[in-house]
Amino acid sequence: MDFRDSPAEAEFRSRLRTWLTENNPGLPTSSTDDEYWVRQAEWHTALYDAGFFGLSWPAKYGGHDLPVVFDVIVDEELASAGAPPRPSLGYLVQGITTHGHEAIKDRFLPGLISGRERWCQGFSEPDAGSDLASLRTTATKDGDDYVLNGHKIWTSYSDVADWCFLLARTDPDVAKHKGLSAFAVPMHQPGIEQRALRMINGITKEFGQVLFDDARVPAENMIGEPGEGWRIAMTIVSHEREPGELGYVARYAKTVKELERTVRADPSAFRSDQRAAVAWAHVEAEMLRLHVCRRLSERLDGVDHGPGGSIDKLLMTWVEQSVGAAAVAVSGSRAALDTEDVGLKVYLYSRAQSVMGGTSQIQKNIVATRILGLPTA
Amino acid sequence: MDTRDTPEQAELRRAARRLARELGPATVADLEDDTRTKRLAAAVRDAGWLELRQDAGDGTPLATGVECAIVADALGGAVADVAFTGPVLAADLARRAGANGADHAAVAFSDSLTEPVTRGPGFAIDAAAEQVDVAYVLVPDGDGFRLAEGHLDPPNASNLQNRAGQRGRSAHAENIGGVCGASTDLTREVRRLPAGAPVGEVAGHLTQDDLTAWTALGLALTSADLVGVMRGVLDVTVAYASERRQFGVPVGSFQAVQHLLADARCLMEGSLSITLHASWAVDELAPDDAAAAGRVAKAYCARAARTVCETAVQVHGGIGNTWDCIVNVYLRRALLSSQWFGDDGEQLYQLQHTRLGVPNGLS
Repeated sequence: MDFRDSPAEAEFRSRLRTWLTENNPGLPTSSTDDEYWVRQAEWHTALYDAGFFGLSWPAKYGGHDLPVVFDVIVDEELASAGAPPRPSLGYLVQGITTHGHEAIKDRFLPGLISGRERWCQGFSEPDAGSDLASLRTTATKDGDDYVLNGHKIWTSYSDVADWCFLLARTDPDVAKHKGLSAFAVPMHQPGIEQRALRMINGITKEFGQVLFDDARVPAENMIGEPGEGWRIAMTIVSHEREPGELGYVARYAKTVKELERTVRADPSAFRSDQRAAVAWAHVEAEMLRLHVCRRLSERLDGVDHGPGGSIDKLLMTWVEQSVGAAAVAVSGSRAALDTEDVGLKVYLYSRAQSVMGGTSQIQKNIVATRILGLPTA
Repeated sequence: MDTRDTPEQAELRRAARRLARELGPATVADLEDDTRTKRLAAAVRDAGWLELRQDAGDGTPLATGVECAIVADALGGAVADVAFTGPVLAADLARRAGANGADHAAVAFSDSLTEPVTRGPGFAIDAAAEQVDVAYVLVPDGDGFRLAEGHLDPPNASNLQNRAGQRGRSAHAENIGGVCGASTDLTREVRRLPAGAPVGEVAGHLTQDDLTAWTALGLALTSADLVGVMRGVLDVTVAYASERRQFGVPVGSFQAVQHLLADARCLMEGSLSITLHASWAVDELAPDDAAAAGRVAKAYCARAARTVCETAVQVHGGIGNTWDCIVNVYLRRALLSSQWFGDDGEQLYQLQHTRLGVPNGLS
């Protein structure tokens, strides 16, 4: 057991730290401001071009073939510099890498990893949330294409996406889990309409809805086999639940640092419960940083955590919501008087973490039955 | 960075868990089985675990904080009624003071249990054996401390008879209204160091840094004990929920129960992750950084263990609220391990000083 950097890790850390002194874009905390989402692509490509993104992914797709633990260093240094977190798209890379044919991997992974091609994920629908397999968007074979009709929602980055990782029903005549397939759908076409969603903290640039009205996708853009959609979705959501894949550790640590700075400027201006909330947020954020260290180290053994991602998602959710609680506590009455208050926005955004990527209740079902082995009703 | 156990650490983890499971109490009645407790004590002694922090001959300890935490975690997981953390901390303090050769079994702590005392009264927690009659105290010396030893009250004035059942209740009754020498924990001894206890000199000197580094070890080991307690009580509770039937089905098939247990499992996993780092930090980071790592770990583990043990009581229903249910042994152990070196509230208070610049006296 060794939490210290190896010589190669230390060299990488030092290089990243130096780079960040010159290249920190000074973006706001991602959860609070549209500016972050608008400039995210710029940040992604800057990080990638400097050699600090896509570290553990195959070099032939633009990655660096490094052990996954290097991502911990990126998270720590981004947090320490107050820089934005790394883009969260590892789960799409995992989905394509695990299930895509060679041609799909060759075509799509380099652009996804480098940030030159922007992606969104079309899974949830208005009537298919936790019960994802009941989704109704259809993909109907028509010559060399599939024709797409349906309505996706909670689609992050849909307004800037070039591609959509779409889950659609290709076979309505089989059991609901078996009739789904996955596609790389070009977003820039007449049959696709994107509508922004305004979230409770006011941001409009993260989530959208996407309407498919006789949109088309070439059959060769299918990811995996016909009917393999559910399995692919499970690969993706299990990774989407892993903080090590998402890089959120940096976001939480950055917010905690800002809260600490606020309190430190005049400790006597805050009640003990407000200060304790900030101290607790630090404890939670540290827990997650170290939990990610442990999980990524375990992956060095080739361990695939599978349902363990649900444990990590719940831990991450508690961290985000502890940080949100600390932020709104420090804001005090400002949170009630100023709708632009950053503490308020951090708090409001944090409530989504127990819903997105699978609700906490779904995660607990998974932990109870698949990890604890409790009987199903 | 690689937080995995080395092969040796993995083997120690397996061996310690096996030993604790085989010789620890499976029931509350087992706490009164003297044959078993003697075998357990002998096994821990023979394994050499009490000497892990003794001097290897060059001033460094025989084993790192990681190995110690592995054993503490295993013993906590089986609510093993044997001294470990107490003697290990005493040996570590003696080593840092350069006072090797002394064979003391405990350190005397203040009423708050958060720090060593400079004189009686105090409490020697997790004293190794009944024949031990002294505990270390710290005597201020320049800008550091000298190590000294204070004479403890005899065991029968403390909680040796507070093990279980009727005997436990009567021992408790005797302590009501007086200075309580008994421990809530049914698995570890707490001995009283009386006020005005005679104090004998021991060679050696401790700097403030020594004390901080030692505190980091205490925080890591009490956290590791709590991780074990959480794992152990959760295993017991998941097994119970799978067997206990109501409405014709196992109670563990109800989502209301499943979600409590899922939360508990997550808290245990997070506690393990943060405690691995704290135990590694003991020997690898500067004293202040090691203590900071220990404080965040202890804050997390103390709060988590409280929730996990309360969940265990709840899921056991009525029987979980009885003395004879093993769950109460876990909860009681968690209460002592939490208070020892300070619970979550104490750690958050300390973190406000170190991280938020809150001056002393501002509450």
